[in-house]
Amino acid sequence: MAELTLVQAINLALTQEMESDERVLILGEDVGKNGGVFRVTEGLQQRFGEDRVVDTPLAESGIMGSAIGLAMGGLRPIAEIQFEGFLGPAYDQLTNHAARYRTRSRGAVTIPLTVRVPVGGGIHAPELHSDSPEVIYAHTPGLKVVMPSNPYDAKGLLISAIRDPDPVVYFEPKRIYRAFRQEVPEDEYTVEIGKARIVEEGSDLTLITWGATTLQCIEAMDNLPEDLSVELIDLRTIYPYDLDTIVESVNKTGRCVIACEAPKTGSMAAEIATAIQEHCFLRLQAPIQRVTGFDTVMPYYKLEMQYLPDAKRIGEGVMACAGY
Amino acid sequence: MPKRIAYKIEIESISILDEHANFDESLGAGTLRDDEAVFLYEQMTIVRHYDEIAFKLQRSGRMGTYPQNKGQEAAAAGAGFAIKKHAPGSWLVPCYRENLALFLNGLPMEKILLHWMGDERGNQIPDGVNILPISIPIGTHPLHASGLAWSLKYRERVMKEARDNSVVISFFGDGASSEGDVHEAMNFASALKLPAIFLCQNNRWAISVPISKQMGSETVVQKACAYGMHGVQADGNDIFAMYKVTRDAIERASNDMKPTFIEAVTYRLGDHTTADDARRYRDPKEVEAWFNKDPLIRTRKYLEKKNLWSADKQTALEAKAKEMVSQIVKNAEGIAKPTSDDIFDYTFATLPDEIIRQRDTMHTHSLGQNPSQETLNAHTHAGAR
Repeated sequence: MAELTLVQAINLALTQEMESDERVLILGEDVGKNGGVFRVTEGLQQRFGEDRVVDTPLAESGIMGSAIGLAMGGLRPIAEIQFEGFLGPAYDQLTNHAARYRTRSRGAVTIPLTVRVPVGGGIHAPELHSDSPEVIYAHTPGLKVVMPSNPYDAKGLLISAIRDPDPVVYFEPKRIYRAFRQEVPEDEYTVEIGKARIVEEGSDLTLITWGATTLQCIEAMDNLPEDLSVELIDLRTIYPYDLDTIVESVNKTGRCVIACEAPKTGSMAAEIATAIQEHCFLRLQAPIQRVTGFDTVMPYYKLEMQYLPDAKRIGEGVMACAGY
Repeated sequence: MPKRIAYKIEIESISILDEHANFDESLGAGTLRDDEAVFLYEQMTIVRHYDEIAFKLQRSGRMGTYPQNKGQEAAAAGAGFAIKKHAPGSWLVPCYRENLALFLNGLPMEKILLHWMGDERGNQIPDGVNILPISIPIGTHPLHASGLAWSLKYRERVMKEARDNSVVISFFGDGASSEGDVHEAMNFASALKLPAIFLCQNNRWAISVPISKQMGSETVVQKACAYGMHGVQADGNDIFAMYKVTRDAIERASNDMKPTFIEAVTYRLGDHTTADDARRYRDPKEVEAWFNKDPLIRTRKYLEKKNLWSADKQTALEAKAKEMVSQIVKNAEGIAKPTSDDIFDYTFATLPDEIIRQRDTMHTHSLGQNPSQETLNAHTHAGAR
């Protein structure tokens, strides 16, 4: 079994799905000869040809809208939007069409589309290259949203997304594209959309996170008192998220902290906290705590590390909740 | 250095049957046969009646907002018939003012009524009919047409499937030509060499905004030239011209993988929709002038001149249209109201648990949704607190 980075795991999933299903094609800006600005699609055009890995004109709405047409035409398009900040021009096509066609046509027209989008901060990039807009798409009925935190899940979730009969927004935390390696099976496998992963079992407090923040949570846990037993849940799927795993965990621990990069107000952390109080009200021993980005515009990179929740802030949130 | 011309272009404007029913024999040769012209006249008459009945259904509270097609039947007839005859099985990607093109290519007529009656099942296009649902937002659907055209090309080149003569035609209006997506769709179709036809029905009004305020260009079609795409203007009220330019576009798309932009010059004789009152912003003299250019009048005159039509045939056709449309209305109104499950069931192929809970309980508060959920009551009774 090879040790792969997140980028390599995604590339492997793309390669294998394109090998096994000729309906699968990739379209986007710079995805062809250049292999994508993050080199996620490196080598794929050479391997599969210009018909299957297509450099499109520089137009995000055009990419999304024509990918919808490709999906309607019986194909399995994988559209790359270069950065999450460039989803804006494609927003209308994604939310008003990709997400709605199945309902609009009462099942006659379906959109099996995967949208790959690098997401989040921490790489010293220019403006609109570091945001965390996952909740916007989780809030759009008809879209599924996933965000892996490691190479193994990255491969399995991407294969699930490509095979899914509905549109899936696949967010790639760019900060951990090459942060570490993990053993990734060469064989095909899927990670089910809608299932969280318990990273570490615990009994005193539930810590819920997703994407790159998972690493910050692990670092925070290393620095917590040894007698505090924290259960760490990596959500993996932002929508439809795994309520059962969360409820089971919080009913056990009675305390919960949710950590993510996105702005606090109206975030997925807010949604999950609401669901926990609906389902675990009598078991809660402390107010649910959120450790998130701030309700501000994501700063340029000189200040970005102060914006992003780090191990220290997460640790403080955990201790505040544990000590309540 | 001497100046040179970087680019130069001329755009043809095609008219075969003019408003006085004069027929251009040289341009018109080899277009519609006599029986085809009669057939399209009959179809336009039926659809005109359908349109009037739809208007009345709205006025009498039996249907929601409806956009009349009145005056624009020839553009839909000529283009729709060219597709049916020369490229059957092609995709039609409509806006909402080309009903006849859809009917000619297999859309059951009650579907459009059902749509405007507030029922998504009007968009549930039967299997094997390659037509997308009516598009309510303006100018976003031509991108789906480009994508579909791309899928046809891909399936032929990569999957080695027979494409036959299939192409994709999208319909939109002059207002839509201001939308960015229309331009992205044109650019994609041209850059990626896709078998697509863009048909702009320039009916001169986008609700209350006239073409003179919509754009600074003299024509709509010249915009296509910026994308290196062949463009042609046609009299949109002339079934012969519309048939000819569409047939030519099909050939260009199908044989050469080159898209075409067609500007059909026409006029919206009715209001934008039943929720609109065009008298607020249109000069009645302008409207009257266009009533004289009505495609039905000129087509009938032409057929009469050629002894292909008579008063008796007209009476019989009107009776047929009446009976047919009344049956279609009966069909549409006879479809039972959907149950509330339909709100939920098509969100995804497989519904997430939360959507199932919401569907089955029809409430969004969580208490009671999950039978195993703890309640304060249960705890009190059990003495747990």
